[in-house]
Amino acid sequence: MVLAHRRFDAVIVGAGGAGMRCALQLARAGLSVAVLSKVFPTRSHTVAAQGGIGASLGNMTEDQWLWHMFDTVKGSDYLGDQDAIEFMCREASGAVYELEHLGMPFDRNSDGTIYQRPFGGHSANFGEKPVPRACAAADRTGHALLHTLYQCNVAAKTQFFVEYMALDLVRDADGDCLGVIALEMETGQPILLESKVTVLATGGAGRIFAASTNAYINTGDGLGMVARAGLPLQDMEFWQFHPTGVAGAGVLITEGVRGEGGILLNSLGERFMERYAPTLKDLAPRDFVSRSMDQEIKEGRGCGAERDHVMLKLDHLGAETIMKRLPSIREIAMKFANVDPIREPIPVVPTIHYQMGGIPANYHGQVIVPANGNLEMVVGGLYAIGECSCVSVHGANRLGTNSLLDLIVFGRAAGNHIVSALGQGASHKPLPRDAADATLSRLAQLDARSDGERTQEVAADLRRTMQAHCGVFRTGPLLAEGVRKVAMLADRAARVAIKDKSRIFNTARIEAIELTNLIAAAQATIESALARTESRGAHARDDFPQRDDANWIKHTLWFSGGRPLQYKPVHLKPLSVATFEPKKRTF
Amino acid sequence: MTAESRVLAPTPSVQAGTARFRIYRYDPEYDRKPRMQDLEVRLHAHDKMLLDALMRIKAEVDDSLSFRRSCREGVCGSDAMNINGRNGLACVTSLRDLRQPIVLRPLPGLPVVRDLIVDMTDFFQQYHSIKPYLVNNTAPPERERLQSPKQRDELDGLYECILCACCSTSCPSFWWNPDKFVGPAGLLQAYRFLADSRDEAGAERLDNLMDPYRLFRCHTIMNCVDVCPKGLNPTRAIGKIKEMMVRREI
Repeated sequence: MVLAHRRFDAVIVGAGGAGMRCALQLARAGLSVAVLSKVFPTRSHTVAAQGGIGASLGNMTEDQWLWHMFDTVKGSDYLGDQDAIEFMCREASGAVYELEHLGMPFDRNSDGTIYQRPFGGHSANFGEKPVPRACAAADRTGHALLHTLYQCNVAAKTQFFVEYMALDLVRDADGDCLGVIALEMETGQPILLESKVTVLATGGAGRIFAASTNAYINTGDGLGMVARAGLPLQDMEFWQFHPTGVAGAGVLITEGVRGEGGILLNSLGERFMERYAPTLKDLAPRDFVSRSMDQEIKEGRGCGAERDHVMLKLDHLGAETIMKRLPSIREIAMKFANVDPIREPIPVVPTIHYQMGGIPANYHGQVIVPANGNLEMVVGGLYAIGECSCVSVHGANRLGTNSLLDLIVFGRAAGNHIVSALGQGASHKPLPRDAADATLSRLAQLDARSDGERTQEVAADLRRTMQAHCGVFRTGPLLAEGVRKVAMLADRAARVAIKDKSRIFNTARIEAIELTNLIAAAQATIESALARTESRGAHARDDFPQRDDANWIKHTLWFSGGRPLQYKPVHLKPLSVATFEPKKRTF
Repeated sequence: MTAESRVLAPTPSVQAGTARFRIYRYDPEYDRKPRMQDLEVRLHAHDKMLLDALMRIKAEVDDSLSFRRSCREGVCGSDAMNINGRNGLACVTSLRDLRQPIVLRPLPGLPVVRDLIVDMTDFFQQYHSIKPYLVNNTAPPERERLQSPKQRDELDGLYECILCACCSTSCPSFWWNPDKFVGPAGLLQAYRFLADSRDEAGAERLDNLMDPYRLFRCHTIMNCVDVCPKGLNPTRAIGKIKEMMVRREI
C-alpha cells in the first residue's frame, strides 16, 4: 500500500464538541490544523446531547461556581480530581458566554438572558435545594452547540478530513507522539498525518454494552489507539447508567424532563424517588436514581407485562411546556415508545450512557502516564479531551450537563495550551522509519483473511457479555467469568474475516477495525471493575456494597497486554479553595 | 422523485419475521453499472425501524452493503436515503409503515460513491456558500448578548436542521443546478442567520443571494417540506428571504 503523507502543526482526531472547540482555538491562532472525523462533523455524537450545559450563571436564582464544584465533587463520589473540577466550574460561565457570542441559539428568559433549568445533582448552597444551572437550547442543546462550533470552524477555515478513520498513533523512541496513521474511507487509502501535537477527541466506547443510548460510531477508537501504544486507560470501571432510556429501544430521554418537573412512577403509581432522596427527589444524581429504579424493579414494583421498567410522567407539565421546552422528547417518545407524553407516561429503564474513565489527562489536556517513578509524566505531543479522556472531573459518576461543559472547557484549555507550547518554536521531530509498519500489516492481514467469523457476531457477543457480566449488577465471580469471556472474545476478534474486499467506502472493514477498539475498551472496563472491591458512584458491587475510602480513593490505571493494574492518588487538593472531604452521600 | 412505491401492487406491510428488500447496489471497483439486489432478512424482536433491518442485513446477510449511519434516533442526519420512492431517514422510518419489497436507492441527484452512499460535496458547498455563521463585529459584553424570547422564537423551525439533505435532493431545481442553486437546506440556514437578532450581516447575506440562480430557482414545488424528517419548512424560509429583498427595494 502506498502511504500518503501530510504535515500540520496539529492534528485533532474527532470532530465532536471537544475536538471542534479545540480546533477553533488553534485555527484562530493561525496554526495549521487538521481535524479528522469518521463522520461529517455535525454527525458526531455530541449532536445527541439534549438537556443543557452546566454553568453557574445565576440567571434564574442565585448560583455560585463553588456550589457547582461541591455538587460535582459529591456527584463524583469523591473520586474526581478537585483541582480539575475547580478549574472546570470556574471556567464554566465564561465558556458558555463565549458559545453564546459564537451564535449558539440558547433559549431565553424574558429579560433576554440565557434560560436555565434544574438538573440532577445540581443544588444551591451545598445541597440545600435544586438550582437551575443547565443552560438549554430546548432539548437540543448538543445539536445547537455542535452546529455552532462547526459553523465557527467553517468561518475560521479549519481543515477537515471528513470520513477519515484514525488507526494508530505514531510515536518515536522517546515516546513522543508525532502524528497518526488514518484511513481515507472513500478510497481505502492509508495516510500519515504528521504533526507537532496530536489531540485525541474520539468520544466514548458506549457500544461495548448491549443496551446503550450511544450512537453506532461510539466505539472507543482513541482508547484502542492508546492501548495499542502501550499507554494506560484510567478508571474504566465507571460507566454511567442514564436513568431514562426508552425501554426496549435504548434511546435517550433527557434528565431535563425531570428538570422541567417530570417524575418517575412505579407500578403502584408511587413517586418512589421521594423515599430514596427526600431533598432532590427525582433530581438526585444519575447513579443514585438508576440504582433506586433497579431496586424498585427488583422488589417487584416495575411496570409492564415483564415488570421490567418504570414510568416517566410529564403530562402534568402541560402541552405548552412540552412543545416549547421538550419538543424532541415528544418526537422520540412517539417514534420509539408509541406514546404521546402530553397524555401518557414514557416507559424508561436505566441504560448505559457515558464513560467516566478514559485516557489519563491533566486539566491542560496533556496525556499523563506513570514513568520513571513519576505517576503523572506528560507524553510529549499528545493530548486527550472530551469523553475519551479522564481528567478526572467526573470521578465515579458524572452530573448531567457536565459532559458538554467538559468538552468546551477542556477543548478550549487544550487549545490554549497548544498555542502557547507551539509558540515557543517547536518543530516536527524526525519520523521513525517504521512509523506505519504495524498498522499497515494489521490492515493487510485483515484483508488477506478469507475465512473467519463475522465481525458482528463477535461484536454482539461482546455486548451481551458486558451487559450480563459488567452491568448494573456486579459481583466478583460474575466479573471474573466475564474477564475470561472477554479474553476469549479478544482471540475471536483477532480472527474475524470480512467478505467485502473493495477499497471503496468499505464499511465492513471499518467495523472490523472498530471491533479491535471495542475489545480494548471492554477489557479495560471489566478487568478494572473486577479489581475494585468496593461500591462507588456508578460502580456497584453486590459483594462489596460499601464505599471504602480507606483503600479506594485512588484512580485505576489499566494497560493492555495483560500488564498488572496500577493505581494513583486522587487530587484531593483544589487550586484555591479548601478540599471537600469525603462524606456519606445523601440527597 | 420517483413514484415507484405508488405503482407497486399493494402488499402487506412488514410484520415480525422477515422483510423483503430491493436495494440499489453499485461498487465502482467491481460494477460497470448499478444493479438492484433482491434480498430477504429475518428480523429480531427489537428490529422496529428500517435502520435496524439494514444493520441486520449487514451483520448477517451481506457485509458489503454500504450505507452511512450513526445516532439511530434521527438527530445526526447520516442515514438519509430514498425509501420506496421518498427521501427519509432509515432510523426513524418504521418498518411497519413500509410496503414490501422495500425499495431503497441513494438520495437522488448526487453522485453515488457506493451503494446508498452519495457524494455530498455539492450539498455542503452550497451550505458553506451562505456563510453559515453568526457575524457580529461589535465587541461582546462580558455576559451573554441579550435576546428577547420573541426574537429567539424567530429561530425556531430553522436552527434544528440536521443537514441530512433529504430536502435538497428531493428538489428538481437542485437536481438541475446543484452548483448554482443553494437549495432548500442552505436557504433555510441563510434565513436562520438573517432572522437572528444578533447578526449584523443582513445586507451582505441578501446581496449574496441576489442572483438568478442562488435563491430564485425555488419554484415552490414544496417537496422539501414534504420530506423533511424534522418537520421544517424551507419553502416558508425562502419566501421570507424574498420578502426581505422586496422590502429592501422599496
